[in-house]
Amino acid sequence: MASFSKPLSAWWPEPLRLVLFLVGVLAFVGLNAAYLVWVERKGAGRFQRRPGPTEAGWAGLLQPIADAIKLMTKQLIVPAGADSTLFRLAPLLMMSPALMSLAVIPFGESLAARSINVGLLMIFAFGSINVMAIMLGGWSSRNKYAIISAARVVSQNVAYEIPMLLVVITMIMVTGTMNLNEIVAQQAGAFWNWNLFKVWINPLMPVTFLVFYICMLAETNRAPFDMAEAESELVAGAYTEYAGMGFGVFFMAEYANILLGCALATVLFLGGWQSPIGILPGVFWFLVKMYFLIFTVVWIRWTFPRTQFYGLLNLSWKILIPVSLVALILSSAMMKLLRA
Amino acid sequence: MIVEEPSSTTGAPPRETFVINLGPQHPATHGVLRVKMTMDGEYVVRAEPVVGYIHRMQEKMGENRTYAQFLPNTSRIDYLSAMTYTHAFVGAVERAAKLQIPPRVEYIRVITSELNRISSHLVWWGAFLMDLGGFTPMLYAFDDREKILDLLEGITGSRLTYSYYRIGGLYNDVDDAFVQGTREFVKQMRPRLKMYRDLVTDNIIFRKRLIGIGPISKEMCRKYGATGPVIRGSGIPYDVRRVEPYSAYPDFDFVIPTFEEGDSMARYLVHMEEIVQSLRIIEQALDKLPDGPVMAEKVPRVLKLPPGDYCYAVEAARGRFAVRIVSDNKEIPYRVKLRTPCLSNLSLFEEASQGMLLPDALALMGSLDLVIPDIDR
Repeated sequence: MASFSKPLSAWWPEPLRLVLFLVGVLAFVGLNAAYLVWVERKGAGRFQRRPGPTEAGWAGLLQPIADAIKLMTKQLIVPAGADSTLFRLAPLLMMSPALMSLAVIPFGESLAARSINVGLLMIFAFGSINVMAIMLGGWSSRNKYAIISAARVVSQNVAYEIPMLLVVITMIMVTGTMNLNEIVAQQAGAFWNWNLFKVWINPLMPVTFLVFYICMLAETNRAPFDMAEAESELVAGAYTEYAGMGFGVFFMAEYANILLGCALATVLFLGGWQSPIGILPGVFWFLVKMYFLIFTVVWIRWTFPRTQFYGLLNLSWKILIPVSLVALILSSAMMKLLRA
Repeated sequence: MIVEEPSSTTGAPPRETFVINLGPQHPATHGVLRVKMTMDGEYVVRAEPVVGYIHRMQEKMGENRTYAQFLPNTSRIDYLSAMTYTHAFVGAVERAAKLQIPPRVEYIRVITSELNRISSHLVWWGAFLMDLGGFTPMLYAFDDREKILDLLEGITGSRLTYSYYRIGGLYNDVDDAFVQGTREFVKQMRPRLKMYRDLVTDNIIFRKRLIGIGPISKEMCRKYGATGPVIRGSGIPYDVRRVEPYSAYPDFDFVIPTFEEGDSMARYLVHMEEIVQSLRIIEQALDKLPDGPVMAEKVPRVLKLPPGDYCYAVEAARGRFAVRIVSDNKEIPYRVKLRTPCLSNLSLFEEASQGMLLPDALALMGSLDLVIPDIDR
């Protein structure tokens, strides 16, 4: 009976707040996944000296909605002989980790669904489910291209998770916390307080950011590391047999993952919601930084050709892993010396 | 330079392999080419091209049409370099009929053929980059190609299958707008080529994908009869414009670009250098363009070639294209043999791609510059 003695507002707004935030995150991801496709197409158009989508709505703004309707009205075809359970499960497995991970991203000073102490750990725990999703999708669709793609994705993501985690360990050492809110709070002040520019704590900060960014591209299977899709080699890679919304969810998940990756990079390196000049609310700055990173991702995709598969593994094992290991050792040594 | 990659096809006993059908509908084959690939993981054990999906019996059609009626067909064999193909056919007929071709005709043929070669190389450039996963260059290439197509449309009325050369001359004369426009195009194209170099040729990912990949030796080129940029990329300066000079080509100063490496990068560089050389030829031809008629005198209305065996070869964008006509003094030829470069260039793919990784094999195939209707004809 103890709970009844408290005023109602003291105990029920917390679940309400949670639900509101989760709905908000869902809406945010859904909207972004749809409209990042538009950004991508419009951006690609500009890079290629053409206007991009123009017909549906003003400047083609209704194009994502038209695409969604088209995808949803299409039949979901499960190829004969495919493992239909896994085949249907794979897109969901790809989409849901990205959604869940966004729950811990602080969009503003008090704007995070959940501020938990192991937020960073949670993101990487969920992030590694992605590999499984593409692998399941490729493997269960009983298509040779899809299987080749699945094998590629596994070795690619294994190779890139190592340097990424090494970089993240470096970051955890520097910041001393896995709570994303606290990491952002530490970067308060002008932009030279952002982790990216904190060279007095660790001179290798820009390098770690670069490693993180490259790994993020590889983890999200974006060009120039788009081995999973590789249109000119594997038709559509792991997604070859997917039709309708099955493909649509994969497609949305790709953008949701880019969103997550860029949001995480913003939080870890670019000061999250901290304003560099002290005006305008934090959410604004967070979104500006995040969308700038997303823009660079689009930019890279439409500029570079695809790497070879072994080139990609060489880059990871021969360059990124040693570099991130050295960064880890150097920064731990630095911190030991500086604090001593 | 050959990059040593661990290959599961060498040394170790053959493991389990599987077959994938690359094509007839596959984004990497640019048309209806089918390659039956026996794969060991991602390594190509055997790649067997299966041709014939777009076979239109061009040679047989040649045997039941008059020479003038068959002429438009020649544009449709390699639709990307239609001018040069028509050139070979009219050349063979003219050689047989012993027609005197006015010099202006030959010069205009050279200018339009070289423009067509540039436009064909641009399409190849864009499509090749697309094979490598870069989409943007395609649009840039088409931007430049558009200018060539506009120029050629102005004088021929057509944008792809021109049928501009006629037996004994041309469909019509070029006008000042064409001459001016071509001069402007040459002027605009050079800075564009520099941009292509900055954007693509010097790109590190691009270079890593091509240098040392897919080496084709001189012996392999000779064995399969490869011509065009493929043989020149292997270091053999074989160019029909030089070794069997035809038309007005002896009048011009140009270099046959060759590269010794024989890898995909060498073939790429040959293509790019050929665009530069074609621009040079066009410039010289425009400067020296003589006046005169654009049709030979005394072209008979009903053309009957004297009995015999006539051959005329040209350097098309993809290599040596030769037309052989056997005549038995009738209005229609007894036999028309078309020697197309792409079939020979494709035939070395099986040997050259052995033990390569799938993406590298597809890069090699892209660098061979295949046009499928030209293989099947």
